[in-house]
Parts: sequence; structure tokens; C-alpha cells
Amino acid sequence: MSTGNMNLTLKIWRQKNNKAKGGLVDYKISEVSPDMSFLEMFDVLNEDLVAKGEEPVVFDHDCREGICGACSMFIDGRPHGPKEGITTCQLHMRSFNDGDTIVVEPWRAKAFPVIKDLMVDRTAFDRIIASGGFISVNTGNAQDANNLPIPKVQADSAFEAAACIGCGACVATCKNASAMLFVSAKVSQLAQLPQGQPERYRRVQSMVAQMDAEGFGNCTNTGACEAECPKGISLENIARMNRDFYSAKFVSEESI
Amino acid sequence: MASFGNAFSSSIGKKLIMGITGLFLISFLVVHCFINALIIVNDGGLTFNMGAHFMGTNWIIRAMEVVLFAGLLAHIVQGFRLVFQNRAARPERYAVNNGSANSKWYSRSMGLLGTLLLIFLIVHISKFWVMSRFTGIPTVDANGNHDLFAVMVETFKDPLLVLLYVLAMVSLAYHLLHGFSSAFQTLGWNHKKYTPLIKGFGFWFSIIIPLLFALMPIVMYLGCIK
Repeated sequence: MSTGNMNLTLKIWRQKNNKAKGGLVDYKISEVSPDMSFLEMFDVLNEDLVAKGEEPVVFDHDCREGICGACSMFIDGRPHGPKEGITTCQLHMRSFNDGDTIVVEPWRAKAFPVIKDLMVDRTAFDRIIASGGFISVNTGNAQDANNLPIPKVQADSAFEAAACIGCGACVATCKNASAMLFVSAKVSQLAQLPQGQPERYRRVQSMVAQMDAEGFGNCTNTGACEAECPKGISLENIARMNRDFYSAKFVSEESI
Repeated sequence: MASFGNAFSSSIGKKLIMGITGLFLISFLVVHCFINALIIVNDGGLTFNMGAHFMGTNWIIRAMEVVLFAGLLAHIVQGFRLVFQNRAARPERYAVNNGSANSKWYSRSMGLLGTLLLIFLIVHISKFWVMSRFTGIPTVDANGNHDLFAVMVETFKDPLLVLLYVLAMVSLAYHLLHGFSSAFQTLGWNHKKYTPLIKGFGFWFSIIIPLLFALMPIVMYLGCIK
């Protein structure tokens, strides 16, 4: 951990567009405050690049509070960098040392094509959600609290699954670029609540079919996704999705 | 099968086939290890040959042998398909990927470990199984059973073969260390009450069974059992 200002070497993936061939480019950056976030360090770098008349590095970011799931850098071989349970925007430069060389790459998966530099197209996740990750309800006034009794254990488990921010770190770190942790979280948050029951078995079949169609890999249970997930989504969700999928395919009469 | 939709062609279905065949092959390991362990009686192979005779003549076992080869073939073919599909899901590799920070190396190397086991199996089957089923075992023991034990003694005089067997069992141990509990996860058996039990049992199973297998060629080479 560094306390004084740091001089760093960044090796950043630069790629003009989806068709162009990319490569790692070296950048020297000096006087980096340890209190800066990783993205703020990139802001400083980009201001320097703009001042020099060069193209700034394109990267995704939005809330910078660790809850939106927009940021997506693969830092020194790990999604969202070396710390556990945080996104890139919550990673601070005090986690690095003066003189470090930091390699920054985009998420790499066939289903997440690079748009430019470190920005990738994650609309595959949106299409998976659109295929079934919702409940059909009549709109109107909100129901009274506790109108539908839900056991505490189940409510907690559904809530933990719902913590998924859809950043794609699971896909990025999985050796198979599998989206199972993401899809299982989205299946599990609804499968455990009464509101999710009517569409439960249709939902799991549709979402798995869409996941496969997007070109994500097959899960081999390495557990890397769970270890790297900034929201600590559990592998239990994958097992639950597997159970629901088998129930849907082998027991339920409803098919998609 | 049409009514099952695309259950087996989906990514979860493909893993289901790996999990079920994997657990079936694990059950075979237990039987194989038990029969082989009969050499420990150290009676010149009489008890072992009796076990081998039973395995070779009992019709239930012979029928299961067909299922075993079918299961093995499904596990191998599906395994290779998964490896190639999963590679294709990431066409451009990372320049730096710190996999050891989030997962065990053997869980990421099941394809490699499986390939090593396949190479071993080809040698192993051509050494023992082909002889006992097709070309015939040359001698009989005092009980009149085919003397498979004598073939074992002869085979394990070669230190290189002993080394191959030991290395293959190391591969098997690592393959099982991931495969045993992974199969249960794929089947959806992840539960706070049972998963620690499955993981604990799986760990010891993955050590003990390959260790017993590896000890057999070693003790025969050293002449402790003859």
C-alpha cells in the first residue's frame, strides 16, 4: 500500500473499433495520488492525452458508487482489479505501489465484442433479461406490506441474488466465458418469490436458451465467478438454476 | 425425445451428461479398486484371479461393461466438445490472466487431466483388457482360473510402465478433486447441509482411491506382492 504520490506504468489495451486489431500500449503516469480511484486516475491520463492531442482511452463508467455495474476493466489479470467485493470505480490507487506496471484489458468474450479500447458491448445481458428475466403483473397501487407472506430465509436469499449488478465480471474471469452466474442470479431472484412462480419454468428455459444463443461458454464449476463477483453472488444460484432447468425440461409440461 | 426439447443440447444439459457419466465412472473406480485390492491377500494371485474370473464371466458385469464403455465414450466425446466450445467462447485471450487468484489450477485443467487419463487408458486397456477378452491369457493358476495375476507381475517389471501408472493416478486424483464435487453442483445438489459433506467425502475419495491404485504397481515392482 502506497501513501505518497506514485509514478506508474500503464499497459492499456487500445483498439480503434470492433474490426480493428488492438494491442497493449504503454503510458507513463506520474504524481498519482493514492486517494484517487482507479477511474479518476484514468480521467487524469485522458486529460493528459487530450492536451497532447491524442485520442483518450475509452472506458465504461456511470455511477462511480459501485452499484450500477457499468465499469468493466480487467486489471492485472482480474476483473475489477486485485481487491475483493468491489467494482473498478471503488478500487483506489492506494492498492498499488510506486513504480508498479498495471495491465488493463477489456472484458474478453465472444459474446462481449469490444466497441473501442476498454469498452465492450454487454447488450447480450439485456437480451437474456428480455427473454424472461421479469414478472408479468398488473400495474396499479402497490400492495399492502406483508400482503404476501414470504419466509425470511427465502426473502434474504432472493435479495442476495438480486444484488447482481450485471457488470459481467463473472463472464470476464471465467475460463469458459460462461454467463451462468449472471443468469442464475436473475433466475434465482424471481424463482424464490411468490410473484415469480407463474413464469418460473418458462423463464429458466427462455433465459438459458438465450444465454446459449449469445455464444457464452459452458460452466465447468471452477468457482472463479463467485470469487471475483463484486456483489458476492453465490454458486448456490447456479445449482438452483440447474434444478429449475431440469424440472422444466423433464417434469414440467410447459415448454418454450 | 422431442418432448424433452433441447434439454441435452443446451449448455446445462451437456454438463448434466458430464456429471452423470462422471459419477458413474466414479462408481466403476470403486469396483475396480476393490477387485484389484485382492492382490493384498498375497497368495500368488489365487484370490485375485478368482475375482477377475467372476468379473469376466458374470453376465450382469458383462452387460455393465457395455454400459461402462458407452459412459466412458460419452464422457470423453462430450468433454472434448466442451473444451473446444469453451475455447471458442473467448477468441482473444487475455495478455495477463491471474487465474490462481480465484480458482484451483486443476479445476481449470480438466481437459488436460482428462486427456492424460485417456492416453493412460489406451495403454492400460491394450495391456490388460484386450488380453483378457480377446487374445487370451496364456496361463492358468492352481484353481484353473486364467492367471491375470501373472500378467500383472510381468507387466509391472517395467519401471517405465510403473511410472506411467503412478503419474496417471496423480492425474486421476486431481481430476477427481474437481470432478467429484463438481458433478453434484451440476446436478443441482448444492445445499448448506450437504455440500460440506460432499466436498469432504470427495476430497478423501480423490486421494485414497488413486493412492490405492498407484500402490499396486509399486508393490508389485518392489516384489512385496508376488
